Amino acid sequence: MDFGFCLSPSSHVKMDSVDLTTFNRLKETNPDVNTCIACGSCTATCTAGNFTEMSFRRILLMLQRGKEEEAKKMIQRCMLCGKCTLVCPRVSTFVRFC
Amino acid sequence: MKENIIIIGGGAAGMEAATQLQKLGLTPVIIEKSNALGGHIAQWDKLFPAFHNAKDVVSKMFDNVKDIKTYLNTEVTDIQRNADGFHAVLSNGEAIDGKAVVLATGFDLFKAERKQEYGYGIYNNVITSLELEKFFRTRKDERINNPKKIGFVHCVGARDVKVGNTYCSKVCCTTALKQACEMKEVFPEAEVYTFYMDLRMFGPGYEDLYLKTQKDYDVKCIRGRVCEVSEDMDGRLVIKAEDTLFGKPLRMTLDLLVLMCSMEKNKSIDKIQRQLGIENNSDGFMQNRDMYLGMNDSKQEGVFVAGTCTAPKSLPDTIGEARSVAVEVFNYVNNK
Repeated sequence: MDFGFCLSPSSHVKMDSVDLTTFNRLKETNPDVNTCIACGSCTATCTAGNFTEMSFRRILLMLQRGKEEEAKKMIQRCMLCGKCTLVCPRVSTFVRFC
Repeated sequence: MKENIIIIGGGAAGMEAATQLQKLGLTPVIIEKSNALGGHIAQWDKLFPAFHNAKDVVSKMFDNVKDIKTYLNTEVTDIQRNADGFHAVLSNGEAIDGKAVVLATGFDLFKAERKQEYGYGIYNNVITSLELEKFFRTRKDERINNPKKIGFVHCVGARDVKVGNTYCSKVCCTTALKQACEMKEVFPEAEVYTFYMDLRMFGPGYEDLYLKTQKDYDVKCIRGRVCEVSEDMDGRLVIKAEDTLFGKPLRMTLDLLVLMCSMEKNKSIDKIQRQLGIENNSDGFMQNRDMYLGMNDSKQEGVFVAGTCTAPKSLPDTIGEARSVAVEVFNYVNNK
């Protein structure tokens, strides 16, 4: 039966139930992922980011906020050029994850 | 009997330490490698957070040291420990003996050309914070030609593993906002942007400066590090950054880009530092004895440190340390 209304799902990031498996796996092989200072250099320099939503900074955040599907979708935009690694002030080797 | 204290460096730290040591009844001797006292602060026009004239502070300091023995254009070429303290040979051929040594050798400004992606030395309209300060003093710089859009880049040579400097240079955030306001005063029609990662307004009145920057000067702060600078056909600068709060990459065309260069350890003292047995800390500055209770002391007896030779510091920090080192030296000499 349709009463003409519904409940909207919560827009909160549910930190109590975030699944960090992928992020933790990534962290084991690349401890650098923990050192991001969110300066945005990777996103600004990204070749793919000129035309798409690609943002490495946001991918790292998505993985830490339980948005793994979104992260997977975004990471497909990477063209493996490696410029993000060049500009990162924390020497993250992003391109290896893509 | 009055005791000589050898002070290496005649900037803010050296001058203030000498002033206080003289008041305590000791005989400081300042050895300065350049042709004038004052160090970096003498090259500054106005001071944050309240736009005081640097000249007023520095001229008082000059006045305080006018009776203190000072060697200009002189470096210490060799220093040896002996039974009475230290024996220093100077580049002018003289030698002096002292009970204690105060290293007040300050900092070097990060060489902006090392961050090649910012185009300093390649593009005409990229300048450093020090050069802008010189412009405020002299109102002369061919590169600053009625700019309509001005950008400031924070953390140039700081918080950056790529250049080997992981530390925060402490004063550049506040300096950037101060200079941004001053640019608005000189060029009221200009749009001024700063590109920051964190605005570290750590001192009294600094947050007030930040508020003033927004309210009275309409300076726009964008949270993101500039990652590339290039030049367009008209010779204007095109910069790329991410607006991290908006979550999108951003491009902007500017007429002038100011690089907020970090402080690095002054390496011209390295030989003397080695002779005295003072090591560097993990940031490449001099290691003091203890972070809390031995800030101006070193691990070597009779060798003291003050000012930016141990870490980036503001002028009030430096003056505080210079006064503290005077007390340390006084206690050392009297208890020996």
